[in-house]
Amino acid sequence: MEHDFAKGVEELGLQIDSRIAAYFSSCIHCGLCAEACLFYTETDDPRYTPIYKLEPMRRLWKAQHTFWGKFAVKLGLSKPLTEQDFADWEELVYDSCTMCGRCSMVCPVGNDIAYMIRKEREGFSSAGYSPVGMQEATHRALTIGSPMGVTLKTLRAALAHVEKDTGLNIPMDQQGADYMTLFSSMEIVNFPEYIESLARIFAAAGVSWTISSEAFEATNSGIQIGSHQAAAELVGRVVNAAESLGVKYVISPECGHAYSAIRWEGPNLIGRPYRFQVIHILELLDELQKSGRLQLSGHTDTPLTFHDPCQIVRRGGVVESPRDLLGKVASGFVEMADHGTMNWCCGGGGGVSANERAEELRLKVFDRKRKQLDELGVTTMVTACANCRIVLEEGIEDREMNVEVIGLTELLAEHLLLPEKRTD
Amino acid sequence: MIGAFIDGPFWYFSLGVFCIGVLFRLFSILRVGLKPDLALPRGSGSSGALRNLFSLFLPRRDVATRGRLTLVAGYLFHLGLFALLFFARPHVDFYAERITGFGWPALPYWGFIISAEIAFIGLLLLWLHRLLHPVTRLLSTADDHIATGLVFLVMLTGCLALAQSFEPLRLLHLFLAELLLIYFPFSSLMHTFTFAFSRSYSGAVMGRKGVNA
Repeated sequence: MEHDFAKGVEELGLQIDSRIAAYFSSCIHCGLCAEACLFYTETDDPRYTPIYKLEPMRRLWKAQHTFWGKFAVKLGLSKPLTEQDFADWEELVYDSCTMCGRCSMVCPVGNDIAYMIRKEREGFSSAGYSPVGMQEATHRALTIGSPMGVTLKTLRAALAHVEKDTGLNIPMDQQGADYMTLFSSMEIVNFPEYIESLARIFAAAGVSWTISSEAFEATNSGIQIGSHQAAAELVGRVVNAAESLGVKYVISPECGHAYSAIRWEGPNLIGRPYRFQVIHILELLDELQKSGRLQLSGHTDTPLTFHDPCQIVRRGGVVESPRDLLGKVASGFVEMADHGTMNWCCGGGGGVSANERAEELRLKVFDRKRKQLDELGVTTMVTACANCRIVLEEGIEDREMNVEVIGLTELLAEHLLLPEKRTD
Repeated sequence: MIGAFIDGPFWYFSLGVFCIGVLFRLFSILRVGLKPDLALPRGSGSSGALRNLFSLFLPRRDVATRGRLTLVAGYLFHLGLFALLFFARPHVDFYAERITGFGWPALPYWGFIISAEIAFIGLLLLWLHRLLHPVTRLLSTADDHIATGLVFLVMLTGCLALAQSFEPLRLLHLFLAELLLIYFPFSSLMHTFTFAFSRSYSGAVMGRKGVNA
């Protein structure tokens, strides 16, 4: 990608809103955010301190929004941002931050550092300073429709397998269905069992659902790389498809950043509220279970724990649903010490896993999750994000651990009480 | 002559700079603007803001262990300073005479001493940590050290002037406090006020998402 420093600085300046101005004004450089970030705790490198990753944006804020900053600029005493700053900070902005927001939870003055990084990436992306892997993923998402290059043909092939294995019909482009389901590429390619589980659960619960041939991909590379234009284009495709099919709900899959993108950022990206609601698959399954439509049978007594995907739990508010669901099927469920909104990140979200350059660092910081698992001593971990799952599996493989990772939806599907066996 | 200047015009000047500067800083944060959030909320933004404003006074478990020193020192300094600033007898009398027109119960002498010791221990620990720890050393700017240094000098001269029997010490304390007032709006000391904005902004977003931040 060509570098355009001036454009990057302009875009970075445009990202500074009242929130960011308040955050920089409040920061007292106490460094507590470092203690919450696995990239610091596992490396002891102070450069990985979350607020330090925002140094370019802080300098721009100071120059543009503070008395001393403006004064120094006028006198020629300030040190303006340079292309070298973008080059120097690119690794900190993209490789060592998953935007998991754990740092935001511990900041004593309440700075949402993950939000700031998300905004800073807009400037870096505009300037052309972003990892090649993420650039390519975003290009594929815009041109092919999926960051992993999954086409409609690939999806149809995956669905054909599911139909053959389950004997169920997978509805495509069903006008007026209640729910339109999205998938992440990772699920289609690596975890098609998620699609099969959904089909079986929806059939058992009598859910009216469909998949759109126009928009089935939930992953939003635009948000990960920091390009609101790309992000808006990708959200817009889903919105157009859902609204033309007239569905009441769009289901976000087991993918954290996809959920954040379509649920929380989407309406702001396209500039209007949706004419449908977005629901995370775990919320829907919890609702179906509580209303009696999803009936579960038996349980596993295998000791297992739950890895909270950051964008679904900490940044998404889906905190209790996975626990309620797990409680129905797993008698051996145990919580990690830092569970729920304070769980440690897998280390590969926010595009880090799409960034080949970051692989070594990502595997190193996996030690945080390894320590959590070692403390508990369980050999089964459930999660609800396809990206977390693949990152965790790679970490487990790299550390030669004996831990199995399974998706929550699949676990539920294994305990499905089929309609013919129900008593209602 | 200098004493009259410190006690009179310079006091009003520094107080003016402080008040106008603080208001201007707060206004300049608000005027940058914030786009409305169009996502359908799951919870209340206002109650989230209110909750975050107060809940962050209680540290989370992780910070309470890994960041124990910063946390303990931070509480010692802020609580001690708050007690000194608002409940030291000379300050209560000063506010009553110069600002409010009324006073309130003040700390006994021993309470003042304990508050001062707590505040000093906290401030010195924070300053040492800032100088010695790789993270805070990397993050710290000249402003952080100037602000800490000024607060330290104001506290030190305040303690020395406690008996108020030596007029030059009282004037020195007041002069340094006035310098601090002038410096305040241009520095990170502004977190005294802006923390409420930061916590509320973040709390509102989390509240809308249904997260108890």
